[in-house]
Amino acid sequence: MIEVVAPGPLATIQDLGRVGYAALGVPRSGAFDRAALRLANRLVGNPPGAAAIEVMFGGLQLHLLRPATVALTGAVCPGAPDRAAAVTLPAGARIRLGAPAHGLRSYLAVRGGFAVPAVLGSRSTDTLSGIGPSPLRPGDLLPIGETADPVPGVSAAEATPSQVLRVRYGPRDDWFTAQARRLLIETAWEVRPESDRVGLRLTGPPLARVRDGELPSEPTLPGAVQVPPDGRPIVFGPDAPVTGGYPVIAVVTDLDPAAQLRPGDAVRFSAARFSSAGG
Amino acid sequence: MRILHYGDEALLVELDDPERVLPLATAARGEPGALEVVPAARSVLVRAARESQPSLIARLTELAQQPTSPAEVGDEVVVDISYDGPDLADTAVLLGMSPQSLVRRHAEGSYVVAFCGFAPGFAYLRGLDSALHAPRLPEPRTRVPAGAVGIAGEFTGIYPRESPGGWRLLGRTDAILWDLERDPPALLVPGTRVRFRAATPT
Repeated sequence: MIEVVAPGPLATIQDLGRVGYAALGVPRSGAFDRAALRLANRLVGNPPGAAAIEVMFGGLQLHLLRPATVALTGAVCPGAPDRAAAVTLPAGARIRLGAPAHGLRSYLAVRGGFAVPAVLGSRSTDTLSGIGPSPLRPGDLLPIGETADPVPGVSAAEATPSQVLRVRYGPRDDWFTAQARRLLIETAWEVRPESDRVGLRLTGPPLARVRDGELPSEPTLPGAVQVPPDGRPIVFGPDAPVTGGYPVIAVVTDLDPAAQLRPGDAVRFSAARFSSAGG
Repeated sequence: MRILHYGDEALLVELDDPERVLPLATAARGEPGALEVVPAARSVLVRAARESQPSLIARLTELAQQPTSPAEVGDEVVVDISYDGPDLADTAVLLGMSPQSLVRRHAEGSYVVAFCGFAPGFAYLRGLDSALHAPRLPEPRTRVPAGAVGIAGEFTGIYPRESPGGWRLLGRTDAILWDLERDPPALLVPGTRVRFRAATPT
């Protein structure tokens, strides 16, 4: 068992998500920075989708009630056991993470994974629907599972998080003016403070539409860049609802870097091809 | 019918006829390469790896043009409703009918779950009498109780758990819409036929 002494601003259990229930209205959820989760698991010899702790803006304090091998990836926090390498700590050891200087979300994996009960095939906390374990609270005791894989004994260099999100235009870029489609990729958007696992809310020049009216509710995916009537885009995160009624101008094809954006950060979109929509 | 890319890992099939959504979703689930199929009001999302997409686009184009078979319908669920919702009187005025007439028309409808969204187990039911189509509330409520039965536009639906919401509330039910101990956890899955039964006022 590992005891949670303090969770920091928000610490949740995450794996690779609750896949296959979107038709019942269940968000995918799962780690926001999936590459960082996979790396943390690889370092401790877990399968890539084992459940780990997603730590938002540091502050997590843990007390190990038995020896454990852990690794921390994603945003670099002061007080981390080691940088992107597995460390074996004795029973009684404490981990205290400070706030990261850059980035937002860190992933703490333990060899064997966190063995909290799975709900609909996943141990992820879905902050929108309330499915899965509650966000971590002081005093929580987290069970540790078993793994047969050896610890690889490697450390891994992590890429610097990018402030550029790659998108593919559509499916509803034809709802927007040519200027709005250009502004999407030419603007340094600012991340608004109310951003969370449901969505990254951006501010910048409003994206104007060429048509009014409502879009009949459409399925959505994490990464969708939805534009509500105020013209300010929202990038759907892992806990976003599975349908939406506002037009999606583009879809982020690699959402992992978005997990590391903080309120006030600047972010740009890049597209391999400019919007093909007419008008 | 149009097929649009939804990022690199999904396709969105846009249909002109809402009645074609469920038959296409059902057919698409069996196609090689379709990892997940999600219906909504006029469109179906199909998640698929990039290498599967060219063949899927061809198959989905064929499937969307096949005649639909109305025989393929799901189970029927009967839901008991107490028609004592807070928006009943105002909505009746808005629609130019008496509350009794609004209740009767709502309770007499035969509905089909078109899709789920908004929250786990929240089913959008198609089949609402067109005389009952009303816009959402101008100001959504911050708290709608579980079991509240509402209407919005062409749909009626039931809130599976307490949440914010902007639908016009006509009544409530004790039916459990979402139960993680049940398989599937949603009472109303896409394709389910639904009838309402007005509880006798006490």
